[in-house]
Amino acid sequence: MSAQGLSGPGLRLDRLPQRRRVNHLMEALAWLAAAIGVAILGVVVWSVASKGWSELNLDLLTKSPIQFSLTNAPQGLSNAFAGTLVIVGLATAMALPVGILVAVYLNEFAPPPIRTGVGLVIDVLAGVPAIVVGIFVFVLLVVGHGQSAIKGAFALAILMLPFVARTTMEVLALVPNALREASLGLGVPHWRTTLSIVLPRAAGGIVTGTVLAVARVAGETAPLLFTSSIVGTQTSWNPTHALQTIPVAIFELSESPDPKDHARAWAAGFILLLFILFASLTARWLATRSARKIAGR
Amino acid sequence: MSAADVTAPPTRRPFTGRRVRFGDVALQVVAGAAALGATVLVGLIVWKLVDGSHLAISKYGLGFVTRVAWNPVIGHELYGAGSFLFGTVITSFLALLVATPIAIGIALFLTELAPRAIQAPVTALVETLAAVPSVLIGLWGILVLGPVLRTDIEPWLHSGLGWIPLFGPPSSAGASIFTAIVVLAIMILPIVSSISRELFLGVPPELKEGALALGTTRWETVRGVVFPYARGGVAAALILGLGRAMGEAIAVTQVIGGGVGIHWNIFGTGDTLGSKVAESYQGASTNLQSASLIYLGLVLLVLSLGANIAAQVIVRRVARRHGVTRGGHA
Repeated sequence: MSAQGLSGPGLRLDRLPQRRRVNHLMEALAWLAAAIGVAILGVVVWSVASKGWSELNLDLLTKSPIQFSLTNAPQGLSNAFAGTLVIVGLATAMALPVGILVAVYLNEFAPPPIRTGVGLVIDVLAGVPAIVVGIFVFVLLVVGHGQSAIKGAFALAILMLPFVARTTMEVLALVPNALREASLGLGVPHWRTTLSIVLPRAAGGIVTGTVLAVARVAGETAPLLFTSSIVGTQTSWNPTHALQTIPVAIFELSESPDPKDHARAWAAGFILLLFILFASLTARWLATRSARKIAGR
Repeated sequence: MSAADVTAPPTRRPFTGRRVRFGDVALQVVAGAAALGATVLVGLIVWKLVDGSHLAISKYGLGFVTRVAWNPVIGHELYGAGSFLFGTVITSFLALLVATPIAIGIALFLTELAPRAIQAPVTALVETLAAVPSVLIGLWGILVLGPVLRTDIEPWLHSGLGWIPLFGPPSSAGASIFTAIVVLAIMILPIVSSISRELFLGVPPELKEGALALGTTRWETVRGVVFPYARGGVAAALILGLGRAMGEAIAVTQVIGGGVGIHWNIFGTGDTLGSKVAESYQGASTNLQSASLIYLGLVLLVLSLGANIAAQVIVRRVARRHGVTRGGHA
C-alpha cells in the first residue's frame, strides 16, 4: 500500500493552517456533491410529480388514446397500462424460474471454476445494453413474423435474468451451511435439502430481488421498441399481438409537438415513477429484514 | 458434492449408504441446463447480431465502423457508423468527466463525513436515482432541462468559453449533445457513487487510524490511504459507468436532436450508436439499411462488452488481492 500523500513536506506542522484550509475546502466540496446528488433526484421527482399530478384523472386509466385527434375529447392510455401489466407479468414468469435455477446451480451444485466462469457470464449479460437486447430479439423472433407482447416480454426477461440470478445467489450465500449439513446429516437427499430447506429459508430475499427486478424492467423502453411498439389504440390483453406499454407511450408522447401529449406523458410518468419508487423502497426495507432472518441472526 | 463422487466406483460397498439418487441428478440437470442456457444466450446475442447485419458486413466490411455517412436515399445508399461512434464516445466520456467528481464526492461524504442520522437516508436517495427509468429522465431532459440549458447555460458558456471548440454556438433545435451529456451524467452518477461508497467502506479502519494518528487531516487521509487502497475498484466503477453511458439509448434519443457528421460543438445536435438505432424503430426502408442499423447495434455491443469485461476482470482481481490482505486483519 503506497502512501505517497503521507511522506514529504505534506505533514509539516508550520503548514498546518494551510493544510486545514485544504481539508475544509475538500470537506465542503464533498457536502456539495452530496447536496447535488440529492437535489437532482428532488428536481426530477418534483418535475414529474408537479406536472403529472394536475393531469392525473380516471380517463387516463380507463380511456383509449385517439389517433389524429382534432377534438378535445378526453383520451387516456388504458392500452398502455394493460400492455405493461401483460408484458411485465409474462417477463417475470419467464425470468424468475430460470434465474432461480441458475442461482441454485451455481450456489449449490457447480464446482468452483464453473461457478466463477458462469458468474462472469451472468455479469456480462447484465452489461448488454437494453437496446441491443431489443435488436437481438428483433432479429431472432420478429423479422418475418411480426411483433408481439410475448416477444417483448422475452426481451425484458433477458434483462431480468442476470438480476434475479445475482440477487438469488447473494441470498443463497446467506443461508447458513449448518442448515444444509444438518439436513444432509439426517439423510435427506441433496435435492430435497435444496428445495425444502435452503430455498424456503431464502424465499424472503428472493421475493425482494424479484420486486426490484420488476421495478427495473417496468420502466424499460429500449427492448420493447423493436418487439412490441407498432400497436393500435384499442385496449387489448392478447399477448400474441403487439401491445402498447407505458414507457413506450411516454417515449412517443415526449417526441410529439403537442403539449396535450406532453401532459399525458407526465401523468403516465408520474404513475410509473410512483410504482417504481414504492417498489424499490419497499424492497430495500424488506431486504434489511430478510437478510437478518435468513442468516438466523 | 459433485456428480463425480456420487457416481464413485461400485466395487467398494458404500458404508455411508450413498447412491445415485434420481432427484439429485434431475435437479442438477435442470438447474445446470438453466445455467448453460444463460451462457449460451450471450453467444446467441453476438451471433444473431452478426447474422442480422451480414448484408452490411459483406458490403462494407470493417470500413463501416469509421465511415462518416448515413444516406438512406434509394440509389445513393451509403451507411457508416463513424459519426455515431464519435457521438457515443464524446457523450459518454464527457458524461463520465462530469459525473466522476460528484460521485466520488458523494461516496466520500457518505463514508467519511456524514453524520450518522443522514447517512442512511442520503444513501437511499442517491440509489433511488438509479431506479428512475431512462424514459422519464429523457422526458424531463427534453421538456425541463433542455429549455433551461438552451436559453441560459449554453449562451453563457458560449460567450465566456466560446474560444474552446467544444462550446460553439447553441443550436436552435432545442436539443443538443450537451443535454445528452448532462442526462447521461445523471444516470451514471448513482452507479459510480454506490460502488465507490462500498469500496471506501472496505478500507481497513486501522490504515485510516494509523494515518490520522500520524497527524494527517481528514483529506490527507483520504488522499494518502483511502484513494490508493480503493484505486483499482474505483477504476472498475468508472469503466462500468462508461459502459452504461455508451449503452443508453432512450434518454439520449429524446434529447440529442439527431444528425450525421463529426463536429466538436457540444451545443449542436448529434446522434449516438444507441440513439440512431432507437429512433429508427418504426422501420427501415431497405434491407441494407436494416442490416446497417443492426451493424450499429453490433458495434455498440462490442464497445459495451469490452468495457464490461474489463471492469469485471479488475473487480475480481481487486477482490482477490484485498481478500488476501484483509485476511490478516480480520
